[in-house]
Amino acid sequence: MNEHLLEVDNLFIEFHTRDGVSKVINGVSYHLNAGETLAVLGESGSGKSVTAQAIMGILDMPPGKITRGRILYRGRDLLTMSKEERRKVRGEEIAMVFQDALSSLNPVFTVGNQISETLRKRKGMSKADAMKRAVELMDQVKIPGAKERVKDYPHQFSGGMRQRVMIAMSLAMDPKVLIADEPTTALDVTVQAQIMDLLAELRRDLNMAMILITHDLGVVADVADRIAVMYAGRIVEHADVHALYKNPAHPYTKGLLESIPRLDAKGTELATIKGLPPNLLRPPTGCAFHPRCKYAQDICVTTTPPLLDLGGGRTSACHFAKELLDGRI
Amino acid sequence: MFRYIVRRLLQGVLTFFGATFVVYCLMFAGGGDPIQALAGEKPVTAQQRAALTEQFHLDDNFFARYLYFLKDFFTGNLKSYTGRDVFENVGSALQLTGKIALIAIIFTIVVGVTLGIVAALRRGGIFDTSSLILTLVVIGIPSIVLAPLAQYLFGIQWKIFPVNYTFEKPFVSLILPGLVLGTLSLATAMRLTRASFFDNLRADYVRTATSKGLTRFRVVGVHVLRNSLIPIITFLGVELGNLMGGAIITEGVFNIPGIGGQLYKAIGLDDGPTVITFVSLLVVIYIVANLVVDLLYAVLDPRIRYE
Ligand SMILES: Nc1ncnc2c1ncn2[C@@H]1O[C@H](COP(=O)(O)OP(=O)(O)OP(=O)(O)O)[C@@H](O)[C@H]1O
Ligand code: SF4
Ligand SMILES: [Mg+2]
Repeated sequence: MNEHLLEVDNLFIEFHTRDGVSKVINGVSYHLNAGETLAVLGESGSGKSVTAQAIMGILDMPPGKITRGRILYRGRDLLTMSKEERRKVRGEEIAMVFQDALSSLNPVFTVGNQISETLRKRKGMSKADAMKRAVELMDQVKIPGAKERVKDYPHQFSGGMRQRVMIAMSLAMDPKVLIADEPTTALDVTVQAQIMDLLAELRRDLNMAMILITHDLGVVADVADRIAVMYAGRIVEHADVHALYKNPAHPYTKGLLESIPRLDAKGTELATIKGLPPNLLRPPTGCAFHPRCKYAQDICVTTTPPLLDLGGGRTSACHFAKELLDGRI
Repeated sequence: MFRYIVRRLLQGVLTFFGATFVVYCLMFAGGGDPIQALAGEKPVTAQQRAALTEQFHLDDNFFARYLYFLKDFFTGNLKSYTGRDVFENVGSALQLTGKIALIAIIFTIVVGVTLGIVAALRRGGIFDTSSLILTLVVIGIPSIVLAPLAQYLFGIQWKIFPVNYTFEKPFVSLILPGLVLGTLSLATAMRLTRASFFDNLRADYVRTATSKGLTRFRVVGVHVLRNSLIPIITFLGVELGNLMGGAIITEGVFNIPGIGGQLYKAIGLDDGPTVITFVSLLVVIYIVANLVVDLLYAVLDPRIRYE
């Protein structure tokens, strides 16, 4: 088996809170190859961000605790590295773009200062050179008038432009992997599309690998190569984008697909997945999705479904994955 | 920005006239006979009385006397009822009080802010908890207790500092009063620093800075510090104004002829011109301190824009 660029291997994370231990990540595995885009999908609270934070090494510990698993980057386990080695991976190998660009940027420093900071502090560039590079990066993410705006502060930009600043900043050290955690959630629909296009274009031009975290199945079709669907801290389905769209192998994915608004089905009522996400302090027995699943049987309540290999890199954590794929249920 | 400053200055001028007029009213509405008060038990001859009445415009109406006061205040010509030049006292008093306030502020910054930062970084640890309890205790002790206590322990018992202010040791004898004064703002400064630092440590931009691969030292020492200092510096600016005006007890205990001490004395003597002059100066200090703090705020936080 060839080595993946990045591999999350059987990761378990829990949070120790006042109300008890919340089992947030329960055996997540996914991988990323050079130059490809993996979309990580799932509703709020399913653990997408926590997994990403574990990869970046910015998990709040405590209360968070990684109890099991490995995160391999080029075959080396990030979790057992020294702090200093780990720090050097951040930004230079793996960079991250956050959801809320306004709060994620430091309000008291100019955007130019923040974009060029790693160049000055980590690459030892002179202030002038680093600023020049910052302008180039702002041009690259298509911020109009980059040269004039490099001295502006984050609050002086619109939401979309701010997210572009964030992206420019993450590109400064030429990372091999970019993790984008819901980069468009806080934005208007038209701006969302522009940012997604920009990310897709950058990934292609710079030949980066990308993990795109989202809870919107609609936006990933054009951008991603593969999709990993998360539910209650597990990957419940993992598949090639087209295969997954054509024929989901997990009831939860099927529900998500049915809840995407479609142009050709105007007027028909949107299906939504009924019920609430599980309480991770007291997760349901068996399959965590069973209280909301319309296919649930007795076995779903008693037995946790294993991750079934369906061939072609496709997996599903459902007792009835094969039946679902074959259209038998 | 320029227009804002002009507007604030105009507001300050109005505040000044308003505040001094109120004090003037309070001082002279009470009636009393300043000439008799000056002379104490001795009888005052009609001649003396007439001369003093003439000199201090005591026969004129209230408004006219306020205007006379303003004229004298701005020309620096004020005489107290004892015939002394009021501004002579004021200059030395301002200097003394300024020095004590400065010692207090430096003490607050060096100890309070540093301890606050350490407490925030080690939140929930022994240091944090014990310093929190300690600040609670300190906040609870009024200076009327703290000042004599410090004077007794450090001055009389251990003889580390001079007991009282003396002209011979103008700096050393001000250290202890400065520290006592600073102790009061120290506790507040420490708590404010701790809270501000702690909030900022959890901010999203800190996570961003960390994920850029910056060292912890740079993340905390540059990103967090720069943001946390905004409320702290604001507090210290206002506090400097407070310390200038609020040192009456400390100055009294250590027998320092600063603003607090002299004001206290002048009130006792019913020395109207001196009281008004000191209070007016304090008003000016407050106005200027507040303006400076507001402008500093805009410099520190680019999100603040004054129109
Ligand atoms: N610092 C923390 N302390 C306690 N619990 C946490 C913490 N961070 C995350 N969690 C919990 O972990 C779970 C997963 O959170 P996560 O942020 O990964 O969700 P997500 O899939 O990214 O959702 P969203 O779409 O809302 O971003 C949630 O139940 C959340 O409450
Ligand atoms: S295992 Fe059962 S409950 Fe879970 S998704 Fe499959 S059918 Fe539904
Ligand atoms: Mg999230």
